[in-house]
Amino acid sequence: MDASLIPLLPGAQVLLTALVVMLLDLFIDEHERGLLAWISLLGLALCGAEAILLWGSSEGTFGDTLLLDNFALFFTQIFIAVAALTVLSSMRYVRETGIHEGEFYSLILFATTGMIVMAAANDLMVFFLGLETMSVAVYVLTGMWRSSARSSEAAMKYFLMGAFATGFLLYGIALIYGATGSTNLNQISAYLLEPQGQWPPYLFVGGLLLLVGFGFKVGAVPFHFWIPDVYEGAPTPVTGFMAVAVKAAAFAAWARILMHELSPLDSDWALPLRVLAIATMTIGNLLAISQPSVKRMLAYSSIAHAGYLLIGIVAGEEWGSTSLLFYLATYAPATFGAFAVITLLTEQDKPKEDYGHFAGLGFKRPFVAMAMSLFMLSLAGFPPLAGFTGKFHIFRSAIIAGHTDLAIIGVLNSLLSVIYYLRVIVMMYMNEGGVKGKSFIESPYLYTAVGLAAAATIYLGVLPMRTLEWSRSAFSSLF
Amino acid sequence: MSQFAVGHLSLILLIPLVGAVVLLLIPRQQRQVLLTVSLLFSLAAFVWSMRLFQAFDAGNGDMQFVERVTWMPAFGIAYIVGIDGISLFLVLLTTFLMPLAILASWPVREKIKEYLFFMLVLETGMLGAFVALDLFLFYIFWEVMLVPMYFLIGIWGGARRIYAALKFVVYTMAGSLLMLVAIIYLATRYAHVHQVLTFDLLQLYNLHLPVNEQTWLFLAFALSFAIKVPLFPFHTWLPDAHVEAPTAGSVILAGILLKMGTYGFLRFAIPLFPNAALAMAPVIIALAVIGILYGAAVAMMQADFKKLVAYSSVSHLGFVMLGLFALNIQGIQGGIYQMISHGLSTGALFFLVGMIYDRRHTRMIDDFGGLWQQMPVFSVFLLIVTFASIGLPGLNGFIGEFLILLGAFSVTPGWTAAAACGIILGAIYMLWMLRRLIFGPLTHPENQKLVDLSHRELLILAPIVALILIMGVYPQPFLSRMQPSVDLTLKRIVTSQAAPVATNHGTSGEMKTDGR
Repeated sequence: MDASLIPLLPGAQVLLTALVVMLLDLFIDEHERGLLAWISLLGLALCGAEAILLWGSSEGTFGDTLLLDNFALFFTQIFIAVAALTVLSSMRYVRETGIHEGEFYSLILFATTGMIVMAAANDLMVFFLGLETMSVAVYVLTGMWRSSARSSEAAMKYFLMGAFATGFLLYGIALIYGATGSTNLNQISAYLLEPQGQWPPYLFVGGLLLLVGFGFKVGAVPFHFWIPDVYEGAPTPVTGFMAVAVKAAAFAAWARILMHELSPLDSDWALPLRVLAIATMTIGNLLAISQPSVKRMLAYSSIAHAGYLLIGIVAGEEWGSTSLLFYLATYAPATFGAFAVITLLTEQDKPKEDYGHFAGLGFKRPFVAMAMSLFMLSLAGFPPLAGFTGKFHIFRSAIIAGHTDLAIIGVLNSLLSVIYYLRVIVMMYMNEGGVKGKSFIESPYLYTAVGLAAAATIYLGVLPMRTLEWSRSAFSSLF
Repeated sequence: MSQFAVGHLSLILLIPLVGAVVLLLIPRQQRQVLLTVSLLFSLAAFVWSMRLFQAFDAGNGDMQFVERVTWMPAFGIAYIVGIDGISLFLVLLTTFLMPLAILASWPVREKIKEYLFFMLVLETGMLGAFVALDLFLFYIFWEVMLVPMYFLIGIWGGARRIYAALKFVVYTMAGSLLMLVAIIYLATRYAHVHQVLTFDLLQLYNLHLPVNEQTWLFLAFALSFAIKVPLFPFHTWLPDAHVEAPTAGSVILAGILLKMGTYGFLRFAIPLFPNAALAMAPVIIALAVIGILYGAAVAMMQADFKKLVAYSSVSHLGFVMLGLFALNIQGIQGGIYQMISHGLSTGALFFLVGMIYDRRHTRMIDDFGGLWQQMPVFSVFLLIVTFASIGLPGLNGFIGEFLILLGAFSVTPGWTAAAACGIILGAIYMLWMLRRLIFGPLTHPENQKLVDLSHRELLILAPIVALILIMGVYPQPFLSRMQPSVDLTLKRIVTSQAAPVATNHGTSGEMKTDGR
């Protein structure tokens, strides 16, 4: 078999770093473990550089089961950026909460490897391999805060639900294989494009099961039940990682498999997808309003954002997919940043995630509060921040595709979301009291992560052209 | 203006923003420095806008000082700004009121740094909305204004400030988000017909859609603007926001932000969808007149001075809407004139409310009475401003109202007669308020210690009253600059009715975008 190894490079780079971190962890002293974080960051930076150098390539390997194109590289960049921010924001947190550092960092890196494979997978089996690599690592990460009962509960719940979703996906893959005779996306696509009379009915069942599996993974209503508990229980930096990178990975695979290769089936799942999008937005937003905890509110908000992203999938074609990719890039910094600010509020392994804990933050920590306001306003879709440009393009793609009603439902949902996002700002600036003097995780690295996320939120809002161009060429590389 | 790296209008937009950034560098203990710096920056913006006024070509109805910078070329989005005879005066009103509002903020004790920061950001936002000629850019400024105003009400407001601030934001966003959908839809339709994707307002004027499509789009735009104006029955956010906001916030809300709604009708909703505007005009005129009478009736019953002024705004803005939707030269000119007049006189009224509130910490009209003896200067100013607000001949309010009634009478005599009754109601509640506040015996012992206006307060009121007199006696420089632009707007409406309607071809699927 002709196997060029170049397409493996980004994934292998991260995997190698993970192994180095894991092994080194055994040989180095307790107080020197901070080094492991730097090694992880170095590995991620190298991977980022490789991804930039490889931009524009479209090379398949191992019999075209893995395809390194701009689409894969675009997502690779998002994954490693989020992974790097996660490492940055955990450096102090893991010590405060007694999480074992070596394993924490290597698991983050393993999960990232899985995501990179998912985005590059051109074969349903390889996709499944990547998905499991990612999922198993994240199950463990969720439960890593062993002194917290919530964390263990969340891990258990996540594992059970995840295993359930995996079952759906695998069954769907099996049925599609049965119908088309292949797991390779190119061959499946070729089969579907053949002019022939009848597709076996279980092909649609397979597609539907795949849809359900993805629905679980991205947290679309009605498959969202695990999200709030798992997001709330997991260590906060891990929650940020899950809400952004894991979700992006699931959408990456979804976009590649359902939107492109299986696109001949479009008309059959247009309706279920529409219903899914509307339900996800509306229910996510409605439930987010009544949450007492900011972390839980953000969990529901991530459900709502999955709904906006689904609009991009419904709209499909060039603009729907481009705006889907771009929206993920704009959603990432604001959501991750918000979780990073919650990380900051942790005190001596006691999380402070209720609205009340944000009271008075605006004048005690002006810059943290300003960053948090930016994240909230961006998520609510205020211009000129990233969230607005993301929504603008998503809604525009819906209108171009003739789904003006979806765009209207989308903006009405943004209006709902304003209510709970502004509540955080109300607490920070318009209520007195709350956090006392020394109750923050004072870590320059965590501040750096927050600062980088804030800068990205502004940059993507004011100068979105370059990223849009990337999203576009990432999408075009699918053809 | 292409020879300048930064054009006139961009400079005016930049000055307050730079001021806001400079404020961040000054330590928060330096109260005086913070106040002085922000005052200087807002004055600089005013001085620069006066130069604009001088350089403005009065005979030209087109956009002037136009600047174009490509921003997102693939999406037809550009930074386009420019002003004509309509927006010129709104820009001037903004730059004129802002230094005064900052001057009125001297008594603010808490968190003055953030307060001034938001004021200056707000100024840039408002100016941007008045000069933007690209719908995307306009939408950005329109939303950007919301955030600082939200903070100003929510942090420095009265007892129910958080409720009022949230209500203000949610109401405004409810309208503007639907407008966003309409904007995108409009640009997409333009791209179908003309094969070019653009958000450039002047180009979008050339798109003539079928009436039912126009109606939907007009309604989306109109909802957003009607909430801002506020047109009855979308006014319920206004009393809360105006009453809870700090003095400068109320002045800006009433003086400038409400004009954003009427300006939006005149600049966007009417010329973009003229057929729909004509079809909907009777409805809007009816709502405007109901608003005039309702606002006046409710104002009459208010025990709170500030609430009275707030409801009088509902009534006065009803006149503006009546004038605009008369859709003739007198009506529209009167409407614009009334926007400026209302900005000055209601702005001054809110300043005066703030001044006695600072002294007595109450705004209940019954807590006063006989102020003439203790505060003669205050009383004189209140008298003049109230008369201006009623529309006494010789003061600015008269010209606008007269032109509006003149324009509206030729279109709908019945509603105009009803609106004229609104003027009488206005005179009643305003004069009654005057009688209870400044005339009569000085019954409350607390009021015997009141001191008259300070130099700072005089400095705030004197320029406004001077302008009230000038605009009342010599309206020509204002009207002559408005006229060509109003003519052009009316011409657009007429030509558009004659123009062939864009066909509905290619509503789905293929669409060309420019530049690729």
